[in-house]
Order: sequence, then C-alpha cells, then structure tokens
Amino acid sequence: MSVTAETGIIGGIAAKFRTCPATGLKVDLAAERLIKANAVAAIVFLAIGGVFGLLVALTRWQAVHLLPSDLFYLVLTAHGLDVLLVWIIFFEIAVLYFASAILLNCRLATPRIAWVAFGLMMVGALLANITVLQGEASVMFTSYVPLKAPPNFYLGIILFAVGALLGCFIFLGTLVIAKEEKTYEGSIPLVTFGALTACIIAVFTIASGAIILIPTWLWSLGYISHIDTVMYKLVWWAMGHSSQQINMAAQVAIWYAIPAILLGAKPLSEKVSRSAFLMYILFLQLASAHHMLVEPGISSEWKVFNTSYAIYLAVLGSMIHGMSIPGAIEAAQRGNGFTNGVFEWLRRAPWNNPAFAGMFLSLVLFGFLGGISGVVLGTEQINIMLHNTLYVPGHFHATVVAGTTLAFMAITYLLVPLIFQREIIWPKLAKWQPYLFGLGAAGISLFMMGAGTLGVSRRHWDITFSDATLSFDYPPAAFLMLGLNGMSAILAAIGGGLFVVIIVASVLFGKKVDASNIVAALGPTPQKQMSDAVKSYGNAGTFHLPGTYILVAIFFTAFVLYYFVNWKYLSELWQLG
Amino acid sequence: MALTSPESKIWWNLPIGRAELVWIVIAFFWGVFMFGMMVWWHLEGNQNLSNEVYRISPAKFEERTEAFTEKYTVREEAGMPVAKPEPGAEVYMLSRLWEWWPILELKKGQTYRLHLSSLDWQHGFSLQPVNINIQVHPGLEHVVTLTPTQSGEFSVVCNEFCGEGHHTMVGRIHVVD
Repeated sequence: MSVTAETGIIGGIAAKFRTCPATGLKVDLAAERLIKANAVAAIVFLAIGGVFGLLVALTRWQAVHLLPSDLFYLVLTAHGLDVLLVWIIFFEIAVLYFASAILLNCRLATPRIAWVAFGLMMVGALLANITVLQGEASVMFTSYVPLKAPPNFYLGIILFAVGALLGCFIFLGTLVIAKEEKTYEGSIPLVTFGALTACIIAVFTIASGAIILIPTWLWSLGYISHIDTVMYKLVWWAMGHSSQQINMAAQVAIWYAIPAILLGAKPLSEKVSRSAFLMYILFLQLASAHHMLVEPGISSEWKVFNTSYAIYLAVLGSMIHGMSIPGAIEAAQRGNGFTNGVFEWLRRAPWNNPAFAGMFLSLVLFGFLGGISGVVLGTEQINIMLHNTLYVPGHFHATVVAGTTLAFMAITYLLVPLIFQREIIWPKLAKWQPYLFGLGAAGISLFMMGAGTLGVSRRHWDITFSDATLSFDYPPAAFLMLGLNGMSAILAAIGGGLFVVIIVASVLFGKKVDASNIVAALGPTPQKQMSDAVKSYGNAGTFHLPGTYILVAIFFTAFVLYYFVNWKYLSELWQLG
Repeated sequence: MALTSPESKIWWNLPIGRAELVWIVIAFFWGVFMFGMMVWWHLEGNQNLSNEVYRISPAKFEERTEAFTEKYTVREEAGMPVAKPEPGAEVYMLSRLWEWWPILELKKGQTYRLHLSSLDWQHGFSLQPVNINIQVHPGLEHVVTLTPTQSGEFSVVCNEFCGEGHHTMVGRIHVVD
C-alpha cells in the first residue's frame, strides 16, 4: 500500500493519519476503523433483517403462506427492529463519522468513547433481538402499551439508543475540533451540513425514545403501574417517525455527495439547499401526528397543524431538494459537455456505475412513491381510509427501502474504495444490483399500497380469516396484490443479497486501492466532452436546465392528480362527523 | 462542490436562480393549499372524525354496551346478539380479545352515534369493504357520528395488532334499506 501513515499532533492530542490518494485529504485512522466497524455491523443487520422481511412477504402471499401465525408475528417484530432501527442507525453513525472527520480533514473526537458507543449499540441490538427470538416479545416494533414485552426488549433498545446518542455527540465534538483547529475554511460542506441536520434530529428522536422507553421498561419490570396509551404513542412516534427524518437528512446528504464525487456536481444554490435542510430541523419533529390521525383524545386542530409539518414547510424542504439535486446533476453534466437536447445529460449519465444508478433510483422512487404517498397518507381526513392498512408499510417501504436503503447501498460502493481501500469485485454484477433491488423495493411499495387501498390490514397473518367466527374476505384483487408483493420481495431479496455478498467479498478479497487505481475504483464516470470554459456552471442564476424542469413538472403533475383522486374516494365514503 | 466548503465564503448573499425561485413559490403555495384543504373539509366535507371523547373505565363501558345490547337485541347470529337500535340512537360496540361485540343492524341513510372503546388492549376498527379505520383505545370512549350510505353486510376487521388471536377478530354491521 503506497499510503503513508503519519502521526500528527493537533491540539496536543496525537492521531494517526494516512493521506487519501484520491483527494489528498488526511484520513484519521481511528475514524476509518470506526466507520468500517459501524458500516459492517449495519450490513450484517441488513442481511438478517432482510431475511426476516422476505419471510414476512412470503407469509402474506396467500398461496405460499409460509409461517404459522406466532412465528409470523415474531419475525415481523424482528424485521422492523433490525432494518428500521439497527441497520439504519449503525449506517448513519458511519455516515456521521465520514461527514465530519473525513470530509473536514480532521481527527475524530474521542475515538475510545466512539468504541464504547459502538459496543453499547451492538449489545443493545443483540439483547433486543435475542428477546424477540425467544418468543415472548412479539409486540411489533412499536410495542403499543398495554401490550407488554419482557424488560430486556425495552432495555436493548434503550442501550442501542444511548450508544447512538454518544455517536451523535462525537460527531458534534468533531465539528468543534475541526473549527478550532481550522482544518477547513469558510462554512462546512453541504454534505456535512446535511449530516449535521441528521445529527440534530437524531438527538431529538433519541431523547424522545428515552423519555418513553425508560418508563415503559420500568412498567415492564413492575415499578410503574400504568402508561397512558395515547401519550405512549405521541412520544414513541417522536422517536419512531422522526428517526426516519434522520434517514431523510442523511440520504439527501448522500444524494448531494454521490453526484459531487462522480460528476463534480455542485448545488445550484448553497443558500437554498441549506435552507431546505434547516426546514427539516425546524419542522420534521412534528411527525408523531402521522400515526395519530384517527386516534381518540387528540383535537383536529392539533392533528391538522402537526400532520402538515406546520403548513407543509418540511415537505417544501424535500420538494426543494427534489429540484436542486437533479438540477445539480444536469448542470454538472452540461458542464461536462452533454449539452444536446433536453435529456442527453441524463441519458449519458453513468448508469453502469452502481453508486450513481442507486442514488438516482433512490431519488426518483423516494419522491414519486414515498413522498407523494406520504403526503396523501398524512392528510387528516384521507387517513381515515388508510390508517393501519397495508398502505402504511407500502409508503414507508418506498421511503426507507427504495429511498434510504438504496441510497446507503449506493454510497457504500464509494466507501469501499475510499475507506476500505478495496476495489469492488465483480463490477459487472454490481452494475445490476441497484436495479434489481430498486425494482423489488418499488414493487413491494406499490403492491402493498395497492392492497392497502383495498382495505387489507397491516400486521395481519391471515387475509382469509379462516379461524374467525364471522367470515370475511378481502376482494380478490387483494390476493393478487399480495402475491405480487411476495414476488417483488424475492426480487429485492436477491438484490439485497447480492449487495451484501459483493460488499463483504470486496472488503475481504478486493484488490487493494492506491494512487494508481483509486479513480478507476470509483466505477465508471462520464468522459468529458470538453474541458473548457463551462466552469462557470454552478454559479447561481446563470444557467438553463430544461431537463430538470420537465422532470419536476412530471413529478408535480403526478402529485396533484393523485392527491385529488384520494379526496374523490374519500367523498364517496359513509358520512362521518 | 457539495463535499467541500462553499467556494464563496459569503454564499448566503448569492442570488437564487430564477427557476429555483419559481419552484419554491409553487411548492410553498401548494403546501398552503393542501393545508387549506384539510381545514375546508372540516367546514364543508362529510367525512371528518369526531373529536368527542370521554374517559371511561373498561368495566363501565362494558356495562353500558351490555345494557344497550339487552335493550335492542332482535336475533342471534353465530352465537352473538344482533342489536337493532332505532335511528339516531346511541349505539355501542366494544372491542376485546378477540371480538367486536355486539353485531349491529343499522338503517341506510340514518345517522347514529357510535360509541367505541376497548376493554383490554388497543384495537383497530376497520370497517370493510367501506374502508373506514379508527383506532380504539382502552379507557377512552370515542363517539363517532356515522351515516351508512350503502346497504349490505359489512365486516369490522381488527387492524391494530393485539396478540395471537388478532387475525380472528372480525365483527359485523348489517345495513338494511
């Protein structure tokens, strides 16, 4: 390895660095080891949770109906825990360390405490998993009181959360060190700003989790007699939903990062993009309301204000990113010389690079499937038709699987050469991976939303109600939807499995990366058509991006149409007052 | 680029591109419109969830539901009483592991005040195939004003996970012309 390790003394503390052959940045070796550990742990839990998810989908596929009911509820609980919480938070900690120590050219604050954080998260994740697998904690990931799990279920999640909280503070500490030691000039990079957004939201959500899970743990131990059912949901979802906004911020940061690395893209306007992140910090915390729109005991005024994130200001943030990210890509590609017609920049984008393909699919699927369905689902009255149906998991598989997970997979293809310093093995196979996984995830989302629109309940073992005293059948189309959902889950599982195998094999057996092959190791990038005066692209207000305007117009039209279709359905419902 | 500090140190003073500005304005007003839709539907729409809720002990709610059922039972179905209240009546349906009780028979086009609560865990009142979904909590009595606009046999599925018998929890509402 031609990488040099140096020992630097900054602020009186010794840290070992190597120099990144691609960027010339100093890379703190302690940070690098921690990024590796957190990313590997994340991928292991993704694999476990993904298998659980496949089992769930194969059970809901009525023709297969794989698991018995008790195992189904157990596996469903474990699936939610492992992928919604453990995979995503472990990976986010890796992203936080990367966006601070690596991007800011700085040492990581308190690496020893970072290892304690990692240990706490690991112990907590294992404890919660073991408790669920023992069979006494099939209470679903949400564990709504008065359903009661054994104390270790709550304790595991609490330990995991405390570890994650430590990770957040280490990120913040690293920002302080970078500023004190002047390792960068001016403002922090936009990607770090996005990570900071994620971190601030994370502190809020983890605090909320502690506020509700610690008393619930004590209740499970018998020290507290009663937990209010509505209050539980209100505070639990300040963790459960707002933690998805950590994903949101982290994945948007990744959407900015990948085109920056591969295409040299820069944001159209730093001010606009940063303000959009700021809107997440200010308004995304109100998300509890999305789970409480048909709840008794909460006023409509509260529901309407909170479910709309204060008059849709956080949605506005996402819609801004939805234009500025493709816009940044178009501007960069036009700058690279792909100026013909409206869409040459998009056609000639590096679609055979899994990092780019994953990133762009993630952006499109998140926006069209996850974003639009989220706003519709979160409309107070429309929620009456959709609450607790399969539409809900349909929506959040579009956001968390097709959106976040695919984005995290995409950046991993760059982390392997940059941080693990290995080439991706089997690049031809890797090229197909994001498409397989994206298609599967899109299918899962769409078909669950379809079944939900037909009324099918979520978290339900038997849509034929074979053991019920009173008989009922969902419409035949629902059975078709769940069959297609099962097939999509198989596709996604193949895509997800490929990802895990490719990454693990690359880390273990990939060719070492050094200055001679680092650029090639990042995967295919578009050959510049010309390298001339178009560098002025990227200065605000000077360019014309017709492709992006058309994409945004298509998105907005789909949004408006789908929104009104649902109001139409609602108006045909029985009258309620 | 996005991975490095902004080139211009005073980036917050740079003007915003025209297209971005137009999109921000459109998106902002679309948000205001969607917010207004929810408010307007409360004033003019016919599908709004009632805010009438009382605290009640599960025992008390059970007592009231039993009194209601005794008063209005007209027949039995699958071993369960079928209650047929007069239009405009206070109607009770309780949820418990794992049933909705009793069965109701309502008249199309008439308005009823439906009282919902749970005796144990949370349940989900999911009226199918109409697709009306309401969360049901123990200790809270939710009074929903309901006007069936179709006749036929409707089922109440539980769509909040409530333990091992969750998928067997089905209730019934008949609507007659």
